[in-house]
Amino acid sequence: MGALSAVRLLVWKDLTLELRTKEILTAMAVFALLSAVIFNFAFSPSPAQAVTLLPGMLWVTLAFAATLGLSRSFVLERDQQCLEALRLFPTDRSLIYLGKAAANLLFLLLVEALILPAMAVISGIALLPHLLPLALVMLLGSIGLVAVGTIFSAMSVNTRIREVLLPVLLFPIASPVLISGVKATAGILAGRPLLEVLPGVRILAVFDVMFVVLGYVIFEFLLEE
Amino acid sequence: MQAIEARGLEKAFGPVQALRRVTLDVPAGESLVVFGPNGAGKTTLIKILATLMRPSGGWVRLFGRDPQRDDDLRRLIGVVSHHSYLYAGLTALENLLFAARMYGLPDAGARAAELIHAVGLGLRRHDLVRTFSRGMLQRLTIARALVHNPPLLLLDEPYTGLDRHAAALFTDLLEQLRGDRTIVLTTHSIEQGLVLADRIVILVDGAVAYESRDGLEDQHAVGQLYTEFVRTGAWVH
Repeated sequence: MGALSAVRLLVWKDLTLELRTKEILTAMAVFALLSAVIFNFAFSPSPAQAVTLLPGMLWVTLAFAATLGLSRSFVLERDQQCLEALRLFPTDRSLIYLGKAAANLLFLLLVEALILPAMAVISGIALLPHLLPLALVMLLGSIGLVAVGTIFSAMSVNTRIREVLLPVLLFPIASPVLISGVKATAGILAGRPLLEVLPGVRILAVFDVMFVVLGYVIFEFLLEE
Repeated sequence: MQAIEARGLEKAFGPVQALRRVTLDVPAGESLVVFGPNGAGKTTLIKILATLMRPSGGWVRLFGRDPQRDDDLRRLIGVVSHHSYLYAGLTALENLLFAARMYGLPDAGARAAELIHAVGLGLRRHDLVRTFSRGMLQRLTIARALVHNPPLLLLDEPYTGLDRHAAALFTDLLEQLRGDRTIVLTTHSIEQGLVLADRIVILVDGAVAYESRDGLEDQHAVGQLYTEFVRTGAWVH
């Protein structure tokens, strides 16, 4: 079986399970929307202030929402030792990482599709003129968060304190994603020329490639008992 | 042809020695039943044979091939563990379809449908697995393990949690689906294990204490022998 077919099947399985339970998406979406509302009440920003505040609010919200989803990602594999069953298939075991990361990315992007317009409405910023570059930055940032988060989620799934352990491990490593994401988003919303935003985008792209490759290479060893 | 060749298998978890120089040959088509009390190393042995764990020492060949270097070899192995390996949120048919497709079967749908009927779950095929009883789960588990028609079947304590009736049904099913497969079954139940055994091994404290093809029809004698080995903790160096 081809690698792409295997990854597609793994994503199909996670999506089907999620659509039945809605555990991950509901938790992530409710948390993200509540955060947006709380940030708005806390700062009550004018449209001019919102341009400065929104990038930070957005990325902090996404980082925590992603953590909620990632911490559940491998739990559904743990109940009947399904992760062991996945390792019995005659495919490259690292494809499990790619399948899990792809499903996690999909969930995060769905939440972003919800939270971005919500934050724009709350803060009164017109996002439409910036939509394409903003979507690119958010996609790259999300890949980075998910690439690292899936590794740590697999590492922490069998620990009792996985909900605590995951953000503690994830945020220090993912800080280049958050910092670059915030800077690039701020640049885009402020209408700065593309050249000024490009260094942040480059960092995100390099980070993504680095951690997707790392995850793919080390995942089989992470799963060994 | 040997389905399994294991030489001097060792496995340590920190200071705990789970397997001690286990050497086994299992010819293709044979049913080997491994008896042993809790903590004897049965699950560790099955995990190593299933390629889920690397031994700390010694080596294994399955059908003459090295399992650590050959992903495709896993096509030849079916595993039934005391966990079902099934997703509770998927239906019975979806679970089998997922497995069949992951094994790259060209006729995944037909194979899944065939097996689900073979294990008597045809009428429940569209029900979520979380609604199944333990006996039904175990039947679906064996169907899942056989979906790719593997010549080697590894069963780790498959009777765990089954009542006598469900265990008897499970044994019948296993005998029907056995064909000319090589089977390695671990259990601590002499009664259930001997039904399928061509040969037995008694594992005590991670080592092979006893191995025989003879006298397996005398359940009482085998039971006494087993009790004696477990009581004395005797194993062959």
